[in-house]
Amino acid sequence: MATMHVELVSPERMLFSGEATMVIARPEGGDAAFLPGHAPFLGLLGIGPVTIKVEGQPDVRAAVHGGFIEVRNNRVTILSDVAELASEVDVVRANAAKARMEDKAHELSDGAAAAALRRAHVRLELAGMANTH
Amino acid sequence: MAGQERVLRRRIKTMQSTKKITRAMELIAATRIVKAQQRVQAARPYAEQITAVVQSLAAGGAGAGQALLSPRSEVRKITYLIVVGDRGLCGGYNSNVIRMAERALQANRSNGKEYSLVLCGKKAEDYFRFRKYTIDAAFKGFSDKPAYENAREVVEFVAAKFEAEETDQVELFYTQFLSAGSQRAVQRRFMPMEIDTGDSTRPTGELQASYEFEPEPGVILGSILPRYLESRLYAAMLDATASEYANRQRAMKSATDNAGDLILNLSRQMNQARQAAITTEIMEIVGGAEALGSDK
Repeated sequence: MATMHVELVSPERMLFSGEATMVIARPEGGDAAFLPGHAPFLGLLGIGPVTIKVEGQPDVRAAVHGGFIEVRNNRVTILSDVAELASEVDVVRANAAKARMEDKAHELSDGAAAAALRRAHVRLELAGMANTH
Repeated sequence: MAGQERVLRRRIKTMQSTKKITRAMELIAATRIVKAQQRVQAARPYAEQITAVVQSLAAGGAGAGQALLSPRSEVRKITYLIVVGDRGLCGGYNSNVIRMAERALQANRSNGKEYSLVLCGKKAEDYFRFRKYTIDAAFKGFSDKPAYENAREVVEFVAAKFEAEETDQVELFYTQFLSAGSQRAVQRRFMPMEIDTGDSTRPTGELQASYEFEPEPGVILGSILPRYLESRLYAAMLDATASEYANRQRAMKSATDNAGDLILNLSRQMNQARQAAITTEIMEIVGGAEALGSDK
């Protein structure tokens, strides 16, 4: 089966790099699946899940909050501001963090609190996604 | 005479404990350089990809009308964005960057350009506050381990100023990490961005035309540019952190060596003083005995 090279990168590290058979992401126009040999594409990503199908292995799921996807020469690159793999999310902690940050959100408006809230949302979305599957 | 020996002994003790402390700091810095370098490596794929995308978008003409890409016709006010550490004991690391920025600031000021200071790192804040400069913003507390969020916060602040035309140009000063043995203070244009479309590794023109965009290229570029700036500043911060540790390791190594030399010299002096004291004592005894003997 044809494969393409996929990289999922956040500013702080590379989350996934390898060959895959399909990538499902959510650019602004709605869900889109990218197969090997897709035409060059550049799109913005909102908040949403990204699924990377790897042959013979379980799907790699990640929550992506903002960023963009680029397809070119049979390479898919997803650059995300905040991204996390489903396998790395701690649901209990994420829930606690979300509750804590929502409490604080009205009194603190600094970057750190906003960022923590943003991260909690991404994590929970991913956790919810994992449950529905 | 015995008094001098005691004083020397005490100084040796002090030097020995100083040496232990500087040695410990040296070792800590050495392990942190490795971690800081790993973070620099980890951030590189993102920085490279985003640079490539921005280059190909800008080369395709999507850059027209982007405020962040167009130089202002008249530069009245320049922002100096300075990245240094929160702590000292790292040789010339902080002062090299600060002095470089201050020289640029003074030179531009004598040409009638206003300045605005945006500082990352407590040391820069201390320096400029002491010299009664007006500080627009000071970010601190993350020089040990900068996170992407810290870069985002700083870029948001600076970009807002730039877009509101409160500043016409932003210069970034930080320490570039070349290797564990060499780092240097550098100055880079931060805003408006200079995008090198010339030697892009990928063919632009026709490839640009064959892209599918969602939404418009201009809109995409508009939302990618801030990310690009953040990633540049983040990379600069990581470089600065690695440089800070490398400098600290060097400074602490020479402090440890110096302490060793001092201990050696002081021990020699102490031994001399001790021997002199013993000799004097013997002379006194002998002299006393002789005086008693000749009395009889």
